[in-house]
Amino acid sequence: MAATKTAKEQKYDRQLRLWGDHGQEELENAHVCLINSTASGTEILKNLVLPGIGAFTIVDGHKVSGEDVGNNFFLSNNSIGRNRAQAATELLQELNTDVSGNFVEESPDKLLDNDPEFFHRFTLVIGVQLPESTCLRLGSVLWNANVPFLVCRTYGLVGYMRLVVKEHTVIESHPDNALEDLRLDQPFAELKSHIQSYDLEGMGKKDHGHTPWIIIVAKYLEKWFSEHNFQLPKNYKEKEAFKQLIRQGILKNEKGTPEVEENFEEAIKNVNTALNPTKISNGVDDLFNGEQCNDITSQTPAFWVMTRAVREFVQNDGGGNLPVRGSIPDMIADSEKFINLQNVYREKAMQDASVVSKHVESLLQSVGKPSESISEQDIKLFCKNAAFLRVVRCRSLAEEYSVETVNKDAITCSMDGADGEMVLYLMLRSVDRFYQQHSRYPGVYNYQVEEDISKLKLCVNSLLQEYGLNVSVKDDYIHEFCRYGAAEPHTVASFLGGSAAQEAIKLITRQFVPFNNTFVYNAMSQTTATFQL
Amino acid sequence: MELLLISLQSLQFLLDTCKILVIGAGGLGCELLKDLALSGFRHIHVVDMDTIDVSNLNRQFLFRLKDVGRPKADIAADFINGRIPGCNVVPHFKKIQDFDESFYRQFHIIVCGLDSIIARRWMNGMLLSLLVYEDGVLDPSSIIPLIDGGTEGFKGNARVIFPGMTACIDCTLELYPPQINFPMCTIASMPRLPEHCVEYVRMLLWPKEKPFGDGVGLDADDPEHIQWVYQKSQERAAEFSITGVTYRLTQGVVKRIIPAVASTNAVIAAACATEVFKIASSAYIPLNNYMVFNDVDGLYTYTFEAERKENCSSCSQVPQDLHFSPSAKLQEVLDYLTENASLQMKSPAITATLEGKNKTLYLQTVASIEQRTRPNLSKSLKELGLLDGQELAVADVTTPQTLLFKLSFTS
Repeated sequence: MAATKTAKEQKYDRQLRLWGDHGQEELENAHVCLINSTASGTEILKNLVLPGIGAFTIVDGHKVSGEDVGNNFFLSNNSIGRNRAQAATELLQELNTDVSGNFVEESPDKLLDNDPEFFHRFTLVIGVQLPESTCLRLGSVLWNANVPFLVCRTYGLVGYMRLVVKEHTVIESHPDNALEDLRLDQPFAELKSHIQSYDLEGMGKKDHGHTPWIIIVAKYLEKWFSEHNFQLPKNYKEKEAFKQLIRQGILKNEKGTPEVEENFEEAIKNVNTALNPTKISNGVDDLFNGEQCNDITSQTPAFWVMTRAVREFVQNDGGGNLPVRGSIPDMIADSEKFINLQNVYREKAMQDASVVSKHVESLLQSVGKPSESISEQDIKLFCKNAAFLRVVRCRSLAEEYSVETVNKDAITCSMDGADGEMVLYLMLRSVDRFYQQHSRYPGVYNYQVEEDISKLKLCVNSLLQEYGLNVSVKDDYIHEFCRYGAAEPHTVASFLGGSAAQEAIKLITRQFVPFNNTFVYNAMSQTTATFQL
Repeated sequence: MELLLISLQSLQFLLDTCKILVIGAGGLGCELLKDLALSGFRHIHVVDMDTIDVSNLNRQFLFRLKDVGRPKADIAADFINGRIPGCNVVPHFKKIQDFDESFYRQFHIIVCGLDSIIARRWMNGMLLSLLVYEDGVLDPSSIIPLIDGGTEGFKGNARVIFPGMTACIDCTLELYPPQINFPMCTIASMPRLPEHCVEYVRMLLWPKEKPFGDGVGLDADDPEHIQWVYQKSQERAAEFSITGVTYRLTQGVVKRIIPAVASTNAVIAAACATEVFKIASSAYIPLNNYMVFNDVDGLYTYTFEAERKENCSSCSQVPQDLHFSPSAKLQEVLDYLTENASLQMKSPAITATLEGKNKTLYLQTVASIEQRTRPNLSKSLKELGLLDGQELAVADVTTPQTLLFKLSFTS
């Protein structure tokens, strides 16, 4: 048993360093449904099977054609004529024996007719190359069942993704450039007394040069406060003056030249960010003011119970601040000074987390739930990430497609830079229209390309008119989309495969932040854009 | 399918004639081979000096557990050739430095999926050395386009280089800042982080205790070695009340592990392969010339034109100036070559023509020559007989060509 775990840990080592064992567990408990195992579909699944998703089910009623084999790595010549779902499942399953692969030889439309609840069992449904009508039907079923839906398509040199999820909460967003939580502008009691235990003037040379910069900034801030009416250095001029104050504190040798004290240089360098006032971001504030946070019931998910508990902490115990994060960056210092300082922050963080814990307990009690329903570990993780909480809410497909609620502003504004990605979105909507009218996509056969141009143009114009969009689409795009012939070039499908799979992983692991809600990839210019439609 | 995107003529070229070289058969390489094969390319060579490791299997999908220990290039080629009939991938279980111009010259396009900046720079230098100038004018038929991809966790980039025309790897060397190592005094006497404890064991304790015998170096791939380092790191950490030393952290520090997933590699390789297709088919304007990708928060890309550096040490064809006082020691010149952000050489060998003869001033990579030339480091440039305006030739692992520098004395 231990050997197997080590083998898996070895295999997944490189990704465990990104989302941890707990993220991997979520992945291994997930069951993803892929509709249509075209190249785009199998590329998406490949990037979910390799990292060890628990299970996948391919829904596809098509038979494998010669064309399919030409761009799909997970179909081979001897799969021609066989059911595409089954053929693809075999070659995908082969990638990773930890994963359980299944298939259903059925069109999604049939399933929606006969057994729409079939889709309720999945962690996530990914729909690939779906005609508009199927997409909207499926979208409605999944929206009502609260199953996240990821729509993907490759069309010539264009890639497209649409995420449809009512509400997705993220505790571990792992922001790239997070500011530290040092509280230098309002040191808590234990930090204050720790700072007081230092006597910079009375120290020996070695200690002086190995005092953490946080202490140095804190000490000089005290000086500054007494001379500036307890106001933080606010503008460039004052910050420079503050830096000078610190610089003067560098020890000098007998000749009067300053010694090399790297910790003081660090202090000076960090002044700009260290003196940022501690405050709660607008994003987190919005969460505190939201409905879910206000109305706690027995149905309320743990995320919102904890958000409310932290809000209680902020208002009652934290003096308007979030629980202390507890981490500090590395800095020049001797081991003892650094560890002691780190422990001051860590212990305060633990203290704050246990106060939050009490709030969680009383909230759970008030709705008749046992306190064990949210673990100490979860609360600690939540507190550590309190400043980085994120919530993604996507509009439904119905809202996007309805004339009453279409996001006209987003579309018109993005069309200002006429050669951006929004025009590609409009073209995709237009070819869908074409499909509805002619039961095929434009230009699939060479001889159709020319005659379809005028037909497609009519679709574009009727689309713009129906939605009241006062924009113009250059003829070049209409010609280009006819030439594409609804082709699915492998490299574009593969780009989309990587992009979509990672969004799926974000949804499943609840780590990192998914896009909201429309993503367009232009393989010609190698540019992308995200719109909220 | 490609017929609708490019002309029949272009497609024939792709299938019958076009020769592509893929460098690396790892995370990016596997994806590249698949992408190229399914885009119609039939003549593909792949070079990789590595063998397969278990930790590759989460993304290098051409390999299976049974392949562990075998050469990546060989297994990758076999898999692709088996899955896509008609495709002929030729593997080379070699280092890129094992080949010379005659090998590289045969390819129409070269695409790199490397994990080393040194290797990238070498490839860059190789393609620059193939350029033919007639009367100062570049012969376009001597240009071999280089598509370069790189990934790290959820970040990646793809770039298109036309050697001699667009920015080369060295033009933008500052985009790859040198790896920051921990200061020795921190490691030796003032550890604060678990990483410091591991580095202490790796750099100081291992050479001292020689736990697996005399002359047995730390093999980062040997689990027994890592286990030893892990235990000793824990002891070191306990001494200083440092928490957080785990086996995973230990391994990460010793092997300088960069986290990796299938998805980022898929995206970047696909972008690169699209560029290969565009260039080979002459059907679309290639990426001009650098795309950056990051999907930590949503999906973000940024595309820009990296500019050529006028005095690029590799592609500008102008000997670089070295400004030193005649009393400066050769060591200072050596330090400049290694520390300067635009040069970042690893172990440069410096030669000069003195009294009509080629003299090696300092060379590190051969022990006997290193010993013989070491005293030169503490001699001044004047003492060594070097003159103002003198040309110095510098060789280094970061480039296949010798770089020329012009010594310019300051007063």
